[in-house]
Amino acid sequence: MKKFAVVAMMATALLGSTSSYAADLEVTHWWTSAGEAAAVAEFARVFEEETGNKWIDSALAGSGTGANPVIISRIIGGDPMGATQMNTGRDAEELIQAGLIRDLTDVVADMDIDSFYVDQSLLEPCKIDGGLYCLPVNIHSWDWLWLSTKAYEKIGQPVPKDWNEYVASWPKLQEAGILPFGLATGWPFSGIPGVLMSGIGGSDLVLKINRDKDAEAVRSPEFRKVAEALDALRKVVSPETMVPSFGDVGTQLIEGTAAGNIHGDWLQGDLQVAGAVPGKDYECLPALGLGTQLTGGGDSFYFPVLPEGTDPAVIEAQAQLARTLISPEAQLAFNLKKGSMPIRTDIDLSQANPCMQKALGLLKNGLLPSGDFALSSDTQQQMQDLNTEFLDDDSITVDDYIERYASIIESAD
Amino acid sequence: MADTTVQSAPVAGSSSRPSALKKFFLHNLSAKVAAIPMVATVLVVFIGCTIWTIYYSFTNSKLLPTGKFVGFDQYERLFATSRWNVSVINLLMYGAMSLVLTLGLGFLLAVLMDQKIRFESAFRTIMLYPFALSFIVTGLVWQWIMNPTLGLQGTMRNLGWTNFTFDWIANPRMVLFALLIAGLWQGVGFCMVLMLAGLRGVDEEIWKAARVDGIPTWRTYISVVLPMMRGVLVTAVVLIGSGIVRLYDLVVALTNGGPGISSEVPAKYVYNYMFSGGNIGQGLAAATMMLLTVLIIMVPWAYLEFGGKGRK
Repeated sequence: MKKFAVVAMMATALLGSTSSYAADLEVTHWWTSAGEAAAVAEFARVFEEETGNKWIDSALAGSGTGANPVIISRIIGGDPMGATQMNTGRDAEELIQAGLIRDLTDVVADMDIDSFYVDQSLLEPCKIDGGLYCLPVNIHSWDWLWLSTKAYEKIGQPVPKDWNEYVASWPKLQEAGILPFGLATGWPFSGIPGVLMSGIGGSDLVLKINRDKDAEAVRSPEFRKVAEALDALRKVVSPETMVPSFGDVGTQLIEGTAAGNIHGDWLQGDLQVAGAVPGKDYECLPALGLGTQLTGGGDSFYFPVLPEGTDPAVIEAQAQLARTLISPEAQLAFNLKKGSMPIRTDIDLSQANPCMQKALGLLKNGLLPSGDFALSSDTQQQMQDLNTEFLDDDSITVDDYIERYASIIESAD
Repeated sequence: MADTTVQSAPVAGSSSRPSALKKFFLHNLSAKVAAIPMVATVLVVFIGCTIWTIYYSFTNSKLLPTGKFVGFDQYERLFATSRWNVSVINLLMYGAMSLVLTLGLGFLLAVLMDQKIRFESAFRTIMLYPFALSFIVTGLVWQWIMNPTLGLQGTMRNLGWTNFTFDWIANPRMVLFALLIAGLWQGVGFCMVLMLAGLRGVDEEIWKAARVDGIPTWRTYISVVLPMMRGVLVTAVVLIGSGIVRLYDLVVALTNGGPGISSEVPAKYVYNYMFSGGNIGQGLAAATMMLLTVLIIMVPWAYLEFGGKGRK
């Protein structure tokens, strides 16, 4: 197995060693939707303009579940790309420990990155055994309640200001034939418990469960409130009313056929492409309008160790790309298009829309570790299975849910 | 390594023993050389990888196969996971229904096709066509047809039948039947063609003899022709059976395991934990259990099928 990998690596090295002054650097990522593609094109533009190298774009479809395995197997299989995007978190932990990812400590040594990163916890997953193995490039948060202005006009009520008002409005919405909560099939549901946890349960609960893996916190009365909120939520959604993708929920919100949705900030990209205006067509409540902090993760760039015999110009291009990605210019251009929050605070974001401004305000209180960020992909998969099952099967009670959640946290690594 | 020592031994030995070993290796040498790639593939790919799989299912390997030996921990977790248990039950139910119905419908269609009908080749082509589509395409097509708001149900309701209900794909109790419809649509045609070939292989003399004896046609099919088609039946069962065990792409395209976890299957569990879950140990433990189930069914059958002949 190992020998084969070495041979494969040498073969690709020989094939890949065409020497030219300006290097070609292959970059893999899963930013394939319209808004995302526009954002990554900004990175490519800045990189090519500033360094004269060429950005070879390898976009992979399927995001975290489809593209991530491809990226990981290419690195393990000895066919590494020049650079790759992955979620900020623990997905690449073992790749780093196996020595397959390049240490960037020297590359960014003179940039003093600790001084401008908005929250030090973002860099934590990148810092392993004293090295720096990745660079977060943006912050994404799930903690958003999106509300349809049109739906509330129909029932003649003001748009809710927080989660409790929103829940109170459900019966009236149902009477009017409006879906209280629009939901897409599949993975979108798995992000919702974490949002309820930070909004209803509070920051302490998130830290105890996600960071400290404290199963007793799951059995606490605070978490019970979260589970009960989830229980209330599953009662107003049914498989027949679910739509195929989260973008369709955005359409429902704009049309007013669904009143609300909990989804990550990337939903806003779709809302904006559809021409909707925040404050007029939809309202956004970060942290459900209750909390003071957002949980967050985001995307990071990793630079695999290239096989021996690679053109030094390519290795130099890796370093140049790393420095470019976190430069103020690239950060501003990228994040305005992506709708995510930049990782540095020293840039002018006056062009950002009202929702993003709200998020930037909460960001000053520090970032909480989201489940995507703090839990291993194995634990995340177990959580997703549990949530999917809970949503559909009413015979699983709140007590069962809490107990099973606790046992997953107990066995989390 | 072992081969060369064995081979060189007779050569080094004295000529007094034109040993059986030498004869064994030289007899029909070209056939043995030709078989080497196949034998190597079986040893390395099938047996080697199977042993590798079983070994690492006893470790706590995460993303890379580097974990420590942990005994039956992965299996304990596997059997405590409700998703896995639901997957196994789903596969058993789907498998039983799919096997019986594919064979039954396939045979029935083949018999109908065997009645010297006009345009037989046109019908045969139509029936076999779905088999040319991948499970992914099949799944996506049926996903749209069975979608409650956009598919058949929505169309019928818009046409005026407001009580028309066909929401199997969104109904946890019926979703397996939705899978079955798509699976049968795809697979029955192929089974029919196999059976038809078997029917055509039956000697015309048998039919004449049956007619002389005054046996009704349906009775001839069931009591005389069917037992003569044993070889074709075995082929069909093996092909359908292997299709059932590896059932994955149809589920991914049609329901993605939903609603909830009500249409999950074991192969999907293996994939999810090995790749997106980054837990090789757990994935391999599930894969090993799939292998074990197949062996439990196959070994007694193979013993009856092939072991019996040796003793005759």
